[in-house]
Amino acid sequence: MSATPTGTTARTARRGATLALLVVPAGFLAVFFVLPVGTIVWTGLAPEGSPELGVLGRVLTDPSVRGVAWFTLWQAVVSTGLTLAVALPGAYVLSRVAFRGRRAIQAAVTVPFVLPTVVVGSAFLALLGPRSPINTAMTVLLGDAAPTLDLRRSVTAILLAHVFFNYAVVVRTVGGLWALIDPRLEDAARVLGASRWQAFREVSLPLLRPAIASAAAIVFLFTFTSFGVVLILGGPGRATIEVEIHRATTQLLDLPLASALAMLQLVAVVASLAVYGRLQRQATSEHALVDADAALRTPRTRGERWFLRGNLAVMAGLLAAPLLVLAERSLVTDAGYGLDHYVSLATDERATVLAVPAGEAIRNSLVFGLGATLVALVVGGLAATAATLGRGRLTSVVDRALMVPLGTSAVTVGFGFLIALDRPLDLRGSPLLVPLAQALIATPFVVRTLLPVLRSIDQRLRDAAAVLGASPLRVWREVDLPIIGRALLVAAGFSFAIAVGEFGATVFVARANLPTMPVAIFRLLGRPGVANFGQAMAMSTLLAAITAAALLAIDRLRVGSVGRF
Amino acid sequence: MRPFRPLPLLLAAALFAAACGDQTTDEPTSPDAADEPITTEDDAATDEAAEPADDVTLTLLTHDSFDVSEDVLASFTADTGIEVQVVPLGDAGTAVNQTILTADSPQGDLLFGVDTTFLSRALDNDIFIPYESPMLEQVPDRYILDPELRATPIDVGDVCLNHDVAFFEEADVDVPTDLADLTDPAYEGMLAVQNPATSSPGLSFLMASIERFGEDGYLEFWEGLVANDVVVTDGWSEAYYEEFSGTGGDRPLVVSYASSPPAEVFFADPQPDEAPTGVIEASCFRQIEFVGILEGTAHEPEAQQLVDFMLSTEFQEDIPLTMFVFPVNEEAELPEVFVEHAVLPSDPFELDPAEIGENREAWIEAWTSTVLR
Repeated sequence: MSATPTGTTARTARRGATLALLVVPAGFLAVFFVLPVGTIVWTGLAPEGSPELGVLGRVLTDPSVRGVAWFTLWQAVVSTGLTLAVALPGAYVLSRVAFRGRRAIQAAVTVPFVLPTVVVGSAFLALLGPRSPINTAMTVLLGDAAPTLDLRRSVTAILLAHVFFNYAVVVRTVGGLWALIDPRLEDAARVLGASRWQAFREVSLPLLRPAIASAAAIVFLFTFTSFGVVLILGGPGRATIEVEIHRATTQLLDLPLASALAMLQLVAVVASLAVYGRLQRQATSEHALVDADAALRTPRTRGERWFLRGNLAVMAGLLAAPLLVLAERSLVTDAGYGLDHYVSLATDERATVLAVPAGEAIRNSLVFGLGATLVALVVGGLAATAATLGRGRLTSVVDRALMVPLGTSAVTVGFGFLIALDRPLDLRGSPLLVPLAQALIATPFVVRTLLPVLRSIDQRLRDAAAVLGASPLRVWREVDLPIIGRALLVAAGFSFAIAVGEFGATVFVARANLPTMPVAIFRLLGRPGVANFGQAMAMSTLLAAITAAALLAIDRLRVGSVGRF
Repeated sequence: MRPFRPLPLLLAAALFAAACGDQTTDEPTSPDAADEPITTEDDAATDEAAEPADDVTLTLLTHDSFDVSEDVLASFTADTGIEVQVVPLGDAGTAVNQTILTADSPQGDLLFGVDTTFLSRALDNDIFIPYESPMLEQVPDRYILDPELRATPIDVGDVCLNHDVAFFEEADVDVPTDLADLTDPAYEGMLAVQNPATSSPGLSFLMASIERFGEDGYLEFWEGLVANDVVVTDGWSEAYYEEFSGTGGDRPLVVSYASSPPAEVFFADPQPDEAPTGVIEASCFRQIEFVGILEGTAHEPEAQQLVDFMLSTEFQEDIPLTMFVFPVNEEAELPEVFVEHAVLPSDPFELDPAEIGENREAWIEAWTSTVLR
């Protein structure tokens, strides 16, 4: 790029544009993340106004804290490795192999990721417990001698659930790029004598590395900071740092401990982001991309067909089974199967402050979800564009900084909101906080989805446009936008689905009379009675259906609205 | 190359803007803007004769399990002109802790839901203004735990072992009548409890064991439970819905509430004549929930009116079927399903809130070492 005739002017203009683009993301992050989290951590570490660093030392040398930190780290590493191992073949199948129902399955595998853990936890308990379909099948086959498989309250349960939740991260992030890589590159390698594996390793893998690193970074962040899964499935003996922060804040009111743990988690999160940022920079490449469907091929050999079937079986067993258990339980009534719980969701007007009709919870979820999507697209889109334009230190800092909220405990952010956002305007009771808190979680996905695609755009296209007299804005509109249109829509669908299913942050800021679906499910699950449990399961199934529909719709939308080239 | 069409996004933006606009008309976003009445009124209440211009909106902070019938709250608004906005802040511990942390700039005018186990923390942090409600005359003295009346009792709900009636009948095993029975091998693998570090009924059950066996003996009891294959979950719903045989698991004994059996009847269709689950009275720990007026409120007189209302028979009689706990007002009549299927033990375990406050963390730590490590 430095070789263009207008090099210096272009660079200055670009730097200015980069800074301008960064104002919104940086401001958003400062007000809705740095300020609240900074305030609560400062309150914990400096109770008398001046920092007492002894707290940090005390916490870091505590053997039980070390045990928790070690467990947090190793389970996250194993979960990430396992998720990549299981989901990368899935990403290939869903982005490169043509088969009937591919679109629907691609949308469906994303559903687990956006479901609240409080919902999935109970489905997993049923699936892994002594009365699971697996055990029933074994008893039928082997009689009473059949061993009973009970994985509840085990590390295995945690790992399985982590793969369940994060499978989609890999499929979306890696598959999104994989679909665009020209298949003729590998064909050429094959013609030149490379084996299938060699062609993948030497041609596709290097091109995919930025996306794989992105996916691994996100999966690591999610599993490192895992909360609900560990609490519900791991049993009470096991705790991640995030679980300990929650306990210290909500039960013990030991803010110094919570703050020290939050700092520890923050350091780990920032360090892992820095490592992955470095990996990504090294691997960034500019290469020819093709339109998504051009890369699709029908399986031709027997091996290819078995590879496809094997992956579909994994998806069915690992992803669909818990969701089916959920749906099944929503249909169980005293008199066999029926739609009673759905009917009562629609008709049961309990007319109390918390029990809003199901329709209202759905409406709240949709409205907040759309708002969060818009905020996330604006903030994340600007940040991703700036990161591509600038490539400077500042932009990579903002890019990384936007991911930090993913690795920050919801309770820290939630309590931070409460003590920091009371002036100049008291935002604490405002319904606007709900989409903003959700956008905080969704924005990094927008950046992560857009960035690999944006970076893959041949810089010479932009330079050519600039040489021909196009302004930076025009360059973006004419070159970048048509190419990232599809990625934008994917990002929108993802953000929306995340916002609709988001629970951890929402529950802190949702008002009593405007509960979202996950909040309503949580309230129903907190009460005894068959009807409450059944309605919670019915509402969960509806939530899964709505997110699946949203993802499917976005997938379809892109066909008509994005240019082919 | 066809241009990217941003139409869908614009549509989404328009839809959201419309929805937002819709919301802001009936939902002012900050207390500064909240001079207009909001939230709890239904149309009838709004249509009712002109409300005075200086209407007050009270913000009632509470935990996630708080609930009240809309028409009950509406009648308070109709009588007094005071609107009530309910803000749930998480579970009971979270709600108290948040309120303490925001004491300099309180988010609301009252906090409801401080229970026996967290009362001393709320009182020690001076978040409440004392108020002697005239309605307290109808409340037995045993529920009034703060002599300075900073915290006013509203409801009482015991945490008790529940048992699956059908299981014990079919297995021809006696239902345990004392906590000490639970370490008997006859009850091996039958009990599900919650982690006291993360669950409020779990904490209550731990307190019950401390009261029953004393500070010297309770850990031995828990060792016996571990030997007898007790299962510990982190939350109430996992224990109740996934482990308890009354609802889907395979353990016939679970730590739950004294009001769970009537809830099982009330939420069944058709309602059975007998509750499918029962309460073991000798295991119950008393939990009283309090409301307090927050230091820093600009509406102290109105907040006092709300406290009075929460003690009135109208509100108190609404409590059983919305929150599934018992009223503290002796003149409140219980609904039929409570009369028939609920027990409020006459002599439950109780602990002094100050003693709980001093020892809570140490007890939990000792329990964790004994049971989980």
